[in-house]
Amino acid sequence: MIDAIVLPFAEFGFMRRALLGCIAISLGATPVGVFLMLRRMSLTGDAMAHAILPGAAIGYLVAGLSLGAMTVGGLIAGMAVALLSGFVTRVTVLREDASLAAFYLISLALGVLIVSTRGSNVDLMHVLFGTVLALDDAALILLCSIASLSLLILAALFRPLVLECADPQFLRSVSRLSAITHFTFLTLVVLNLVAGFHALGTLMAVGIMILPAAAARFWAASIGALVIVAVAVAVLSSAVGLLLSYHYSLPSGPAIILVAGILYMVSLLFGTVGGVAVRALPRPHFES
Amino acid sequence: MRSSSLKIATAAAALLFTSTLYAQSGSPTPVVATFSIIGDMVSRIGGDHVDVTTLVGPNGDTHVYQPTPKDAKSVSEAGVLVVNGLEFEGWLERLIAASDFDGVRVVATRGIDPIAFEDGDEHHDDDHDSDEHHEDEHHEENEHAEHDEHDDDHGDEHGDEHDDEHKDDHGDEHDHHHGAFDPHTWQSLTNAIVYVDNITAALAQSDPANAATFYQNRAKYVDEIKSLDAEIRGLISGLPSDRRTVVTSHDAFQYFGRDYGVTFLAPQGLSTDSEASAKDVAKLIKQMRSEGISAVFLENITDSRLLEQIANETGAKIGGTLYPGALSDADGPAPTYLDMMRHNATTLTNALSQ
Repeated sequence: MIDAIVLPFAEFGFMRRALLGCIAISLGATPVGVFLMLRRMSLTGDAMAHAILPGAAIGYLVAGLSLGAMTVGGLIAGMAVALLSGFVTRVTVLREDASLAAFYLISLALGVLIVSTRGSNVDLMHVLFGTVLALDDAALILLCSIASLSLLILAALFRPLVLECADPQFLRSVSRLSAITHFTFLTLVVLNLVAGFHALGTLMAVGIMILPAAAARFWAASIGALVIVAVAVAVLSSAVGLLLSYHYSLPSGPAIILVAGILYMVSLLFGTVGGVAVRALPRPHFES
Repeated sequence: MRSSSLKIATAAAALLFTSTLYAQSGSPTPVVATFSIIGDMVSRIGGDHVDVTTLVGPNGDTHVYQPTPKDAKSVSEAGVLVVNGLEFEGWLERLIAASDFDGVRVVATRGIDPIAFEDGDEHHDDDHDSDEHHEDEHHEENEHAEHDEHDDDHGDEHGDEHDDEHKDDHGDEHDHHHGAFDPHTWQSLTNAIVYVDNITAALAQSDPANAATFYQNRAKYVDEIKSLDAEIRGLISGLPSDRRTVVTSHDAFQYFGRDYGVTFLAPQGLSTDSEASAKDVAKLIKQMRSEGISAVFLENITDSRLLEQIANETGAKIGGTLYPGALSDADGPAPTYLDMMRHNATTLTNALSQ
């Protein structure tokens, strides 16, 4: 049993690299996912992932399989969509969800158009699906840097972020930090999705961001505990997913996200905070 | 299984009409080739008498190609459509259905002895097929009706008789995505001669006025293919027998391996469409360590990151870039089919003999 768990990582460098990359993403992206969930913006993460895809694709078409070009492309596309939709929300009557949807759809269509006119080269979907088994030194350094940066910024912004989650109107009325907090937070979302893109691909990256946060919701009530449980779920999913991929010959990215999905389902059913099983039990009466 | 005689008759009538049309007008026959290698062969044989459109261009990956409306237009206007067959072009059936193609459709691999997909389903007993169709090679122009019938049969059965005839014993256990046979048949120069014969016959049938020229071009081309074959055999035979195993991105060189006695291993399966799992990668690394495999080759059409990592981990060196299923640009190392085969062979031998 121990052998089955430890040996793959001990024997193969690519397994260790994959695990390290996934841990870095778990540490960076999952706390961001917790705040996304608390701010009822989980689907924003998904929209941003779609917004990044064309940027990364264009970066790839311009410079080939260059880590830098794809990162910068993804960042530019993601930030453009985040800032434009935020701007539109703040100066017009359109709500954030609608403006975000509008801009990410434009970005996506533009990306598909540019990619198609270049013709079919190396299968772009492969590139966009990421390769957690092929993380080289540069990619690992990038993932770890983004995770560190993301944690530092979250720590600095912790109070205004919590306030934004609890009562955005109040924060807006007492402080000009509201807008800064919001856009910095969106930047973090984009950064972490770009990091996740290199390991898991654009679509799977949202999974490691949102699923552990949603699972943690059934185990913890305070924000600190939520973050800790979510990161633990993400790391566990990564390790189990990689081992499943190793032992049962499954593609790694989907395996990791599916394990996170299973953990979410289990939490949903048996979680101590508002899980289905707990709710079904008779409530204790207030007697003493 | 066979299509109705009415259908055949209709197709034959349409064919006769189109072929006379091109012959009379004297303009080059519009030919559509599905990917760059076949396109190159068609232009070698057809010369000025054909106007070749290649759907999947240089450095393109045919496994995962998505046809465009322009492709449908090219196909609908084509007098001859040359496809590889063996389910290499999975997107082709829909494209043909979407365009009103009514010309001659030729399956270039017809008559080739294909390698069965994965763990040795022995189906090399297909003499029924090769014998029947090799007669086509040196046919005269006045056999239209018979050929139309052939073409029509093939068209209805996805251009793959093997598939059809073996369906009962093994058809279901295979992933239909890949087909039952390795489609990368052009990686053998012996097979290339079959390609050339099939293409020549189709061109001659479609444009009988220039058939003599096509057969002349064919003869010259086949000579070149044969001399390259001898050249490559010479190159490979110089390698020591314990240095003949190499690793590539996807499993596309089985025919090359069979012809010249080189073993190819790959983390990705037969199609670039599949994703490698940790198990596949680990297995490959173990094998490379135990057999002391020293060279890894990248491909022009696949994502190279995984292979670079594998090379990194095993200490194998990257021997260069091979061209499995698409030519390079005109200024690249493999602008034509023969250049491609020569480039692959020299890249392999250079890396392995060091």
